Amino acid sequence: MLNAILAAGEEGTNPLIPAPYDIIWSAVCFVVILFFFWRLVLPRMKKLLDERSAAIEGNMEKADEAQREAEAALQQYTAQLAEARAEAAKIREQARVDAQRIGSEVTAQAQNEAERTKANAQVAIEAERQAALVSLRSEVGSLAIDLASGVVGESLSDDAKATALVDRFLADLEADTSGKK
Amino acid sequence: MATSDDGGFHGPSIEEFFPEVIFFAGTPFEMNRIILIRFLAVLAIVLIFWIGTRRMKVVPGRFQSIVEMGLDFARVNIAEDLLGKKDGRRFLPLITTIFFMVLFMNITGIIPFLNIAGTSVIGVPLVLAVVAWFAFIYAGIKKHPGAFFKNALFPPGVPKALYIIVTPIELVSTFVLRPVTLTLRLLMNMVVGHLLLVLFFSATQFFFFTATQTNFFYSLFGVGTLAFGFVFTLFEVLVAVLQAYVFALLTTVYIQLALAEEH
Repeated sequence: MLNAILAAGEEGTNPLIPAPYDIIWSAVCFVVILFFFWRLVLPRMKKLLDERSAAIEGNMEKADEAQREAEAALQQYTAQLAEARAEAAKIREQARVDAQRIGSEVTAQAQNEAERTKANAQVAIEAERQAALVSLRSEVGSLAIDLASGVVGESLSDDAKATALVDRFLADLEADTSGKK
Repeated sequence: MATSDDGGFHGPSIEEFFPEVIFFAGTPFEMNRIILIRFLAVLAIVLIFWIGTRRMKVVPGRFQSIVEMGLDFARVNIAEDLLGKKDGRRFLPLITTIFFMVLFMNITGIIPFLNIAGTSVIGVPLVLAVVAWFAFIYAGIKKHPGAFFKNALFPPGVPKALYIIVTPIELVSTFVLRPVTLTLRLLMNMVVGHLLLVLFFSATQFFFFTATQTNFFYSLFGVGTLAFGFVFTLFEVLVAVLQAYVFALLTTVYIQLALAEEH
């Protein structure tokens, strides 16, 4: 092919010998494109690539930040939860103690009340008993006199002797009961 | 184009690449169709990359993605791959320029109404080859001041007697053949591609409109040549991209070799 072209070239123009205008305009084209890429396109491209890597780095940093924040929030939450648990346990314990205290207080009060009631009752019973004793004593005295008058056939009722007799009889009776005790 | 007026078929000739002068005839600043096509390619580069990088966003749109993909191809797959990040950045403007200039001027070969590659005349391949030549010599001298030529012409580790053979070979292959092959590879690919396309389509024209008057069946040949023309048009797209890649890649390889030259 080269030979054919060279042969063709010999007839007219040789395609391997550059014409001055060809070289000049080729060089002009080259210089224009070179400056265009060198001064405009490639700096723009470089700037873009820098921006892009900066953006990627920025995003990664942001993600790290978010991660750190989330971890901090989680920690805080956990701490709060533990605190709340401790608080709850404390309140429960307090309640238990209070309940115990109130319970024993109530028991003691009830016991006191019972004691007091019992004591009152005893006092009342004793008084009743004394009253009954006194009334019985006079009752028994007159009954015995009546009985004795009937048996003896004479009145002993307004006699000092009779009274003395009754008293002695009762004293004996009392001595007898206490001796039995 | 090589269509015929006299009833016979004329194939395309080398004069295809030297169309008549349009502006500034007779001065060193003559302009013909091909020069204007080159200007158009330059304009296309400037427009596409100017618009594509005007308001670049961190998250790119469709057009910006395509422009970025193109620039990244030259940056990552050619420059940084072979030269590393630091040197890749230094020579990136040159490599990017060579890649896109060759690509855009190649592709005009298959664009309707342009139909000829801006690189199919020796000016562009030669200028770029000379630039590549200066670039790798500059890279070598800058990196190994004083030792570059010595290392290139008298490779260390070779017995002294062999320098009689080695040195002329190295001289020719490094400093003569490299720019020559760069120039011729691109030029011939584009010249041949264009001639083939012209051949197929002018033959199609001939079969359809001239030969068919003598015998109708000639137009069937026209269908065949048209199909071939179509296939080769697609093939030319591949060649256009590939040659741009090869030119930029070899320039980078030469720079890399100059930088890596042993002390």
